[in-house]
Amino acid sequence: MRNHSSGARLLIEEAGKRFGDKIVLEGVKLDIPEGQFVAIVGRSGCGKSTLLRLIAGLEEPTQGRLALDDSEINGIREDTRMLFQDARLLPWKRCVDNVKIGVKSGSGDKEKALEALGLVGLRDRAKEWPGVLSGGQRQRVALARALVGEPRLLLLDEPLGALDALTRIDMQQLIEELWAKQQFTAVLVTHDVSEAVALADRVILIENGHIALDLMITLDRPRERDNDFVHFEKLILDRILERGKHEQRAVSYSI
Amino acid sequence: MFTRLINSRIAPAIVPIFILMIWQLLGQFGWISSRTLPTPLQVAEAGIAMTKSGQLFHYIGSSTWRAFIGFAIGGGIGFLLGLLNGLSQTANRLLDSSIQMIRNVPHLALIPLVILWFGIGETAKVFLVVLGVFFPIYLNTLHGIRSIDPGLVEMAKVYGLRGFALYKEVILPGALSSILVGVRYALGFMWLTLIVAETISANSGIGYMAMNAREFMRLDVVVLAIIMYAILGKLSDTAAKILEEKLLKWHPNYVKR
Repeated sequence: MRNHSSGARLLIEEAGKRFGDKIVLEGVKLDIPEGQFVAIVGRSGCGKSTLLRLIAGLEEPTQGRLALDDSEINGIREDTRMLFQDARLLPWKRCVDNVKIGVKSGSGDKEKALEALGLVGLRDRAKEWPGVLSGGQRQRVALARALVGEPRLLLLDEPLGALDALTRIDMQQLIEELWAKQQFTAVLVTHDVSEAVALADRVILIENGHIALDLMITLDRPRERDNDFVHFEKLILDRILERGKHEQRAVSYSI
Repeated sequence: MFTRLINSRIAPAIVPIFILMIWQLLGQFGWISSRTLPTPLQVAEAGIAMTKSGQLFHYIGSSTWRAFIGFAIGGGIGFLLGLLNGLSQTANRLLDSSIQMIRNVPHLALIPLVILWFGIGETAKVFLVVLGVFFPIYLNTLHGIRSIDPGLVEMAKVYGLRGFALYKEVILPGALSSILVGVRYALGFMWLTLIVAETISANSGIGYMAMNAREFMRLDVVVLAIIMYAILGKLSDTAAKILEEKLLKWHPNYVKR
């Protein structure tokens, strides 16, 4: 596996999505430079998952356009991979064969799959059925499957939402580590603000289909849960919960 | 001692052997007249005699041949139609309600019609078996495809599986456990249909053997024919079970204990 498959630049111009009369997203403008780790947060039903599905090419925007590097996104792309909330492993394939699905077009290379399993620390479970793995292990196999194709853009759709707190911290570290190593662009959708602050360079808050906040997280990595961390966390949470609007504005100047 | 017997491999055979012993004793001591029911030993003697003359295997052969030809045709059509209707909403809207209507006609009620169409030859019997196995396989294939996790299909699309690869890696394996349930049902229907079809009109096969023996009051041969059906049914069910264990190794519910 190449260790420096560089990321892709994602450009979203005035993208919108409506289902019938219901407007889910409107006028979303984003420029994500290559290699950036972006977290999208928001209440459930705010449209953040829809935005991710637009980026993945699973849905088409009803207005505006999305582009990766200079080519427009108009369908599923080979350089974009997605990690779902449920691992979505094929239960009738052994772990290594599940990972093999992610190897780019056909060249079903077992060595590559094993190597990717090694990256997530599950090389010794390669021959197991997914059914006997724990939730965290399944998600790690899914991560190996996503990364084995050397994606330039990795989309994460609340991948840690169903895991217990300790496994979740492990997984966050693993994702951060692999992101630093492979330097792909990452877009993480989550409702867990502290997870967003722990992982992302930049947090975007979506409210009622609009971008309500676009905030750079200027903390050093690896991140400690210190005062600065809590400051960012509180800033975003306050904005989501609309606690003390004036007070919050004062705080945001003080960065 | 008792628990060891229960856990041993011969445990499922205990009850049948016990029943055979009681049956033999009842017959031997005249509690049951041999004109009502021959004893197991008499049946076994008839079986040995017919084996020696080669008749028994000839009859089993022609019954099995009919059964499997019918199964292959009916199962094949059922599988393909189930696949078609499972994958295409249009096909399903056009075809499914007609198929459901035909399904609700007991296929054995068609026997007079089938005899008029095909006479009493092989075609009629194979046709009835085809009808018998078609529906369980059709229904279970359709159900299996319908109940595939849409998340897995979406995942497969994101990972670039399309067309035949999508079908081979995701849809067919996902529907397989349901299809195999259909196969087991169909095997049951296959023998049931064949028994009735052969009893009505045939010049070979186990059903013919039974009807012919009735003419001569050879009760032992009639009972032998019934036992043959039981054994053949059990054999095909076991075959289906082995198939399940082999194909569904990954399934937590089918893990060999």
